[in-house]
Amino acid sequence: MSVPARAAALIVAFLLVVGLGVFVAYYYIGSATTQLTTVHYAASRGTVHVVLQEDPQNNTATRPDWVSYYTQDPTSKQWIHTTLFSVPANTRVDVTIYGYDGCTPLRNNYWSKVQGTLGDTVTVQQFDKNNHPIGGPKTTGLINSWSDCNVGHTFAIPDLGVFVPVASPNAENSVNNLCSSSPCTPTSGGAYSLETFSFMSPAQTGPYRWQCLIPCGGGFLHGNGGPMQTLGWMTGFMYVDAT
Amino acid sequence: MTAADTPAEVGGDAKAEPPHGWRLFFIWLILSLAASLVIWFAWKPHLPPGDMSSSARHQQFDIAVLAVAGAPVVIGVVLYFIYAIVVWRAKPGDDSDGAPIHGNTAVQATWIIGTSAIVLFLAVFGTVELIGPAGAGAGEGPSPIWTLAGTNSATWTPGNNHILQVQVIGQQWVWTYRYPQFGGFESTVLDLPINTPVEFHVTSLDVIHSFWAYKLGVKADANPMVDNVAFTTPEALGGFEVRCNELCGIWHGAMYNSGQVMTQSGFETWATGVRAKEQASGVLAALPPFALTYDPTVIPQLGKNLVKIVGVTGAAGYFYGPSNPVQP
Repeated sequence: MSVPARAAALIVAFLLVVGLGVFVAYYYIGSATTQLTTVHYAASRGTVHVVLQEDPQNNTATRPDWVSYYTQDPTSKQWIHTTLFSVPANTRVDVTIYGYDGCTPLRNNYWSKVQGTLGDTVTVQQFDKNNHPIGGPKTTGLINSWSDCNVGHTFAIPDLGVFVPVASPNAENSVNNLCSSSPCTPTSGGAYSLETFSFMSPAQTGPYRWQCLIPCGGGFLHGNGGPMQTLGWMTGFMYVDAT
Repeated sequence: MTAADTPAEVGGDAKAEPPHGWRLFFIWLILSLAASLVIWFAWKPHLPPGDMSSSARHQQFDIAVLAVAGAPVVIGVVLYFIYAIVVWRAKPGDDSDGAPIHGNTAVQATWIIGTSAIVLFLAVFGTVELIGPAGAGAGEGPSPIWTLAGTNSATWTPGNNHILQVQVIGQQWVWTYRYPQFGGFESTVLDLPINTPVEFHVTSLDVIHSFWAYKLGVKADANPMVDNVAFTTPEALGGFEVRCNELCGIWHGAMYNSGQVMTQSGFETWATGVRAKEQASGVLAALPPFALTYDPTVIPQLGKNLVKIVGVTGAAGYFYGPSNPVQP
């Protein structure tokens, strides 16, 4: 083989290897990020209203048994299977979380304390499977997950100091009465909790990761894998955009 | 031409060789002295991790000493390399062989003795610098051999040289800190008093993390069910970051928070204030009794009576065990 032919073969082989590397990287990076929708919340009179729900299962074909958060589209009111949402900077963020999953004790009960919300409190109302309220709404700064089985997951944005235990349905009422088809609704036959709280979005724009602090990945070592470490399930980003 | 013939002998008109050895020695000596002075006086004050604590100051000193010890060696090698290229390169048209190399006992002995002395010095120096600052800021395990001077006390008050105990708890993906001498309150910020010996008890609630207070010169692995003890004495006021230095999952890179070295009275005010706040909110009572480690899998061992409700789905009131239901 002549020198030019060998040189050409070498260049082609090199480009093939580089192209293969780029393709693999693009494929994996692309598969990890582009399949998730980002739900955009716009401010109305200085406030945005973020609505989430956490379910004991989800409606995907690949991981149907993973616990998961859902995010509600503010316009269509449809539940989107994503954990990416955006809010404007320097804005009051009112959060509503429907807790359809049962209780799991916190590994560190320090997270029973509500931190970083306005007033360092949340307001919780529990409902039975018939969508009837159990008692009245309760505003509290502590949901002790060890004194009773009443915390399902948490919503934490560590960089903002926001740590919120998310109440589960009343334990007695949720026995064998959890929503079994996602995304759940108040009338889908499962007991649930409705929790609201507010915090201020930061002035600094950019992505702020959020996560659950209860190891809730069933089937993984001590619950730490799977949905705990996968965007779209129990962790995500709150993107803070310019106002 | 035989191997013993030198160009000078062949040509007969070559100039006498200059004293290369002395030339090299003096150039090396001047450059080494200059480099050592620059390292010690210009570079050392800026070397990581700074001098915010006793362990950090020792680490900075150690790095400077290593640099000063290594610079003459590096300069000697590079200088000889450059000198050989410049002075002993082949001249145009000179196809003769180079001079044969004979053994030089003095050079070999100097090299062996010199490098041996450096290595032995560094071994002794490293041992002294490990023992002196009580483990050099590294985790010593649950039974530390070297400890800082100070008084062990169930409480901490300013001005008494009490050792401040701080438990560092890692979990995916947040650090928290418990202060057993202040009722065992827990915090997401690591505040410390200046000029106080601090005893870190590092542990984890899940996987292996690594507690790295970079500016304090403290780094210790956080293993579940292990109490890893490290020491330091903060010596300068200011803020610092705490990072995880062990790949621990998707948010490993975001597992950091901050701390502050404050005056002793300021620290006491802060600590008593946080304790009072956590007492009032009820979270202090909700925490388990302070222990050096916590079993991450069994809540009853944490000292609380969990209401167990048979039939509740999810985790049924308990953590997922390592075999529940299957390993991925």
